[in-house]
Amino acid sequence: MPDTRQTPIKVGIGTPLSRVDGVDKVTGQALYAAEYVVPGMLHGVIVSGRIAKGRIAVIDEAAARAVPGVAEVLTHRNRPHVAWRDSAHKDELSIPGDPFVALRDDRILFSGQPVALVLADSFEAARFAASLLDVTYEEEPHNVDFDLSLAEKTLPLWKRKSFHAPKSHGDADTAYAEADLRHEGEYRLATEHHNPMEMHASTVHWHGDGTITVYDKCQGAQGVRDFIASSFGFRSKDVRVVNAYVGGAFGSGLRPQYQVQLAVLAAKHLQRSVRVVMTRQQMFTHVHRPQAIYSIKLGAERTGKLTSMIHDATTSTSRFENNLEDVVTWGMINYACLNMRGEYTVAPRDTYTSSDMRAPGAATGMTLFEIAMDELAYKAKVDPLEFRLLNYSDEDAMNRQPFTSKALREAYREGAAAFGWQGRPIEPRQMRDGREMIGWGVATGIWDAQFSKTSARATLLADGRLEVASATADIGTGTYTVMTLVAADTLGIAPERITSRLGDSDLPTAPVEGGSWGAASTGAAVQLACRSVAERLLKAAAKVEGQPLAAASSIDDLVFADGRMALRADPGRSVAIIDAMQAAGLDRIEVEETAATGLRGLVSQARKSRKTHSAVFAEVRVDEELGQIRVTRIVSAIAAGRIINPKTSRSQILGGVVMGIGMALHEETLADLRLGRWMNHNYAEYHIPAHADIHDIEVIFVDEPDPEVTPLGVKGLGEIGIISVAGAIANAIFHATGQRHRSLPITLDKLVA
Amino acid sequence: MIRFDYARPADVAEALRDGADAQAAYLAGGTNLVDLLKENVARPTRVVDITRLPLSGIAEIEGGGLRLGALATNTRTAYDERVQADYPLLSSAILAGATAQLRNAATNGGNINQRTRCYYFYDVGTPCNKRSPGQGCAAIGGVTRIHAILGASHQCIATHPSDMAVGLAALEAQVRVAGPGGERVIPFGDYHRLPGDEPWRDTTLQPGELVTAIDLPPETFPTHYTYLKLRDRLSYAFALVSVAVALRLEAGRIAEARIALGGVAHKPWRRPEAEALLRGQEPARDLFGAAADALLSGAKGQGANDFKLPLARKAILRALEQAAAGTPQSQTDKRIA
Ligand SMILES: Cc1cc2nc3c(=O)[nH]c(=O)nc-3n(C[C@H](O)[C@H](O)[C@H](O)COP(=O)(O)OP(=O)(O)OC[C@H]3O[C@@H](n4cnc5c(N)ncnc54)[C@H](O)[C@@H]3O)c2cc1C
Ligand code: SF4
Repeated sequence: MPDTRQTPIKVGIGTPLSRVDGVDKVTGQALYAAEYVVPGMLHGVIVSGRIAKGRIAVIDEAAARAVPGVAEVLTHRNRPHVAWRDSAHKDELSIPGDPFVALRDDRILFSGQPVALVLADSFEAARFAASLLDVTYEEEPHNVDFDLSLAEKTLPLWKRKSFHAPKSHGDADTAYAEADLRHEGEYRLATEHHNPMEMHASTVHWHGDGTITVYDKCQGAQGVRDFIASSFGFRSKDVRVVNAYVGGAFGSGLRPQYQVQLAVLAAKHLQRSVRVVMTRQQMFTHVHRPQAIYSIKLGAERTGKLTSMIHDATTSTSRFENNLEDVVTWGMINYACLNMRGEYTVAPRDTYTSSDMRAPGAATGMTLFEIAMDELAYKAKVDPLEFRLLNYSDEDAMNRQPFTSKALREAYREGAAAFGWQGRPIEPRQMRDGREMIGWGVATGIWDAQFSKTSARATLLADGRLEVASATADIGTGTYTVMTLVAADTLGIAPERITSRLGDSDLPTAPVEGGSWGAASTGAAVQLACRSVAERLLKAAAKVEGQPLAAASSIDDLVFADGRMALRADPGRSVAIIDAMQAAGLDRIEVEETAATGLRGLVSQARKSRKTHSAVFAEVRVDEELGQIRVTRIVSAIAAGRIINPKTSRSQILGGVVMGIGMALHEETLADLRLGRWMNHNYAEYHIPAHADIHDIEVIFVDEPDPEVTPLGVKGLGEIGIISVAGAIANAIFHATGQRHRSLPITLDKLVA
Repeated sequence: MIRFDYARPADVAEALRDGADAQAAYLAGGTNLVDLLKENVARPTRVVDITRLPLSGIAEIEGGGLRLGALATNTRTAYDERVQADYPLLSSAILAGATAQLRNAATNGGNINQRTRCYYFYDVGTPCNKRSPGQGCAAIGGVTRIHAILGASHQCIATHPSDMAVGLAALEAQVRVAGPGGERVIPFGDYHRLPGDEPWRDTTLQPGELVTAIDLPPETFPTHYTYLKLRDRLSYAFALVSVAVALRLEAGRIAEARIALGGVAHKPWRRPEAEALLRGQEPARDLFGAAADALLSGAKGQGANDFKLPLARKAILRALEQAAAGTPQSQTDKRIA
């Protein structure tokens, strides 16, 4: 029977679909790295060092080894061979320097450094024995004080690939000196730790035939596979890395973390399976968002039109690697200004290397820059939103390139309307409700719309079930669901009949999940693979009696819906997918495709600027006496191209906003400068927002068709949500109280001081 | 975590025998002790699980007052009808603490015996006199955001983290204790101690002694009270400063006044002079300011916690206003009343 419905119901791109992995997650079916149980596995407990810098003098292992069940105490003295060249320990996202190699030698580079791994046949025995290990050190002077480290700030010769040096235009210094209005300020952001819910963990399954399977908490299974192969002397094909589920990462799993090094070292040494799980406290011993200081000078005409911007930022790094981020470029890209200059340096301290954390660089730089812009708006006596529109740039002002699209104006407009911005008093301290002062602030967010070469495989079975697969990861971002939706959209198959597979290094090649390129890139690869399946289906349909689709010369003449393919021009003529398969005698169609830049008229990444944008509006209420801050409303209007799944996309932005509230008010890792050690290293004392801190959050996606940016017109949403939220809040706090806070987080002490 | 013996006595006498060893630790809800075991801070040779003891009741005391069993949970206590009606300050103080999940597990005996949240105390990689007598106090001159401004010593500047205890101090509860030498009753003000030269001793409890109940006195403060807590986020954070106030007003004058501070000292902080200033007076902001100054006299910051001085003063003023007006702080609506 031909399907005669004119408008088939279709689930696809744009359908708000619940997470397809949701049920597995809430019923405990989804296994995380520390949950795989491998027969005969040993438990490894990491012993963290006490000092910030120096050498290990003596390790007294006697008591630890005497504990029944202890199999080994692994230290720098007895560890198996690891590659000695630094280059062997580089990974997909390595940055210039000497990567940290666990147990390499007796040198201590940062407080909390792993100095030993105690292995036993039970976790309890390993933990007890670990507590008995007695390590003595020869201490050397250290510095973890960011302010002191500024004396050594530099822009290193070797830069990471992702870094973009700021470009200067005109004569910013003269223009600043001659400006009608001038603003100068110094802005700061505290050190933050990523703190995903799931701790870093690795379970190594030693198969005994030279191959290993590693269940690892990471953002890129293939990157970790290649790293293990080159660091520990495996053949790449003998290593399989699985990260099917990841309990958040925020960038902390972009590069192989030291627990995977320890787990593989131990497995290799003992030729046994091993599991190593970090404690929450140990989550504070590695990557973190760098501490930052950002000096900004802005000059403007009396009207508020920018004439000069001078940026100078420094972020923290370690002594062994240089983590460079794009901090100062965002404001330069975003605002029209003829004279601009940017400086950026990093300052080394004796900590682990800082690293990418959700929207690295922009969450720091754009957020702080938007506080400076707000200050200038007040100087110009222009409404802060008007002020931003006045300085709006239709092109990328730093790179002097057109954008593939920029619907920021629409985001401002729709965000302002939803927020009710109109009628906002320009002066601070004008709105109150009882003893709470109310303030409204706005800020602009900007982030890269990135695309990264990705492969995917699609397998259609005779019964109409489809599997799509790629080695990408789902770090809670919704990749499983995006893959399902794109496949459903392309082939018109119901999501219940589609299985997405990811998080396995044996699957088709994909880059590490980060930078917000996942949906755009994996989505494009899945679409390509599904289109290839569709082409084969069209051929197969020729075998169906009566050839209902004879009029179609390509799949673009077809509509795929409800498990059928129909002629676009004459939907009455259609064939069920399973009938086509049967007619052609196919039991499966399997294709693998790669989406790469340069594909299907995609403009080269060099000629146009690809950015997502956001307009963030915040309302705060501040107790006039006690300084308690409540962020009662946030509206985040996002221009990010096409939205594949409005539901998980909204969740991405909500999560970003919550994290932005944390950046504004809570997150700060406190260092004891004498001990060179982070001190509030647990969830009780390192604060992120609790439910009570979160009130109304409204997310708006503005329409932004952009066929050029990526094959699906998708720009990505993983990071834009956090950027400048803290700026909007800081600006709202000024509007409420008349107090300008330039150092984040804005904690109670700063308000009552 | 180290290895230890485990005992699960059925009654108080057996518990006291099991707990007689100086290195024994009583385990109640475990929300604090288990963390400390995992961090190697608590290193008992024996853990005495007291959860089977018949101490979880809440009962009226003959002649007035309410007896809160040591093993009654914080949740049960906070929502007990008699507590809510007669001692709403206590209910509020409990509900200001931790989270619903923690309060469901936490017991009254465990709450008042919880240990400090000093970062250094929790980190065995740093020296701490409270954890290891004689090691020195790393907090002094270090990260002191959460430390004491009152009653600190050169040996220790830690604060007591309990909210409940601050409410109990204001209500002048009594702690009932059973020990090898029999039972005794400790006035709440004498239960916790200042660090002095023995910072490892949080309380005046003797080794082996067990808290069996907390007695609330007959005097109730049903209307003019408040528990105001200021912290680094709006819920689920320990107090930077908290204030418990209980007032009895008669004909527009303050007949009885209690003020206790949390988050500022090694114990809930009270000063008779401050309360005496209020008695017999009409509520007024100047008067409250004088009381605040008396309560805070001698306060001294450690650097990073200097902000607690102005914060505490403002919080005391506000709390007194709330109590006097009969508009206590809500623990669900975080807007400050
Ligand atoms: C993340 C986090 C946040 C928290 N936030 C707050 C907060 O904001 N405000 C707040 O007030 N509290 C807070 N708490 C602390 C919580 O209230 C305490 O952990 C809890 O009250 C302890 O009770 P428990 O029954 O679990 O005690 P346990 O952990 O079992 O015991 C605690 C201590 O008391 C001793 N003990 C227990 N019972 C007795 C007894 N009957 N006699 C003698 N000694 C005894 C134990 O030996 C142990 O030393 C928080 C805790 C956590 C983990
Ligand atoms: S303040 Fe007290 S608990 Fe903290 S380190 Fe010093 S002695 Fe230890």
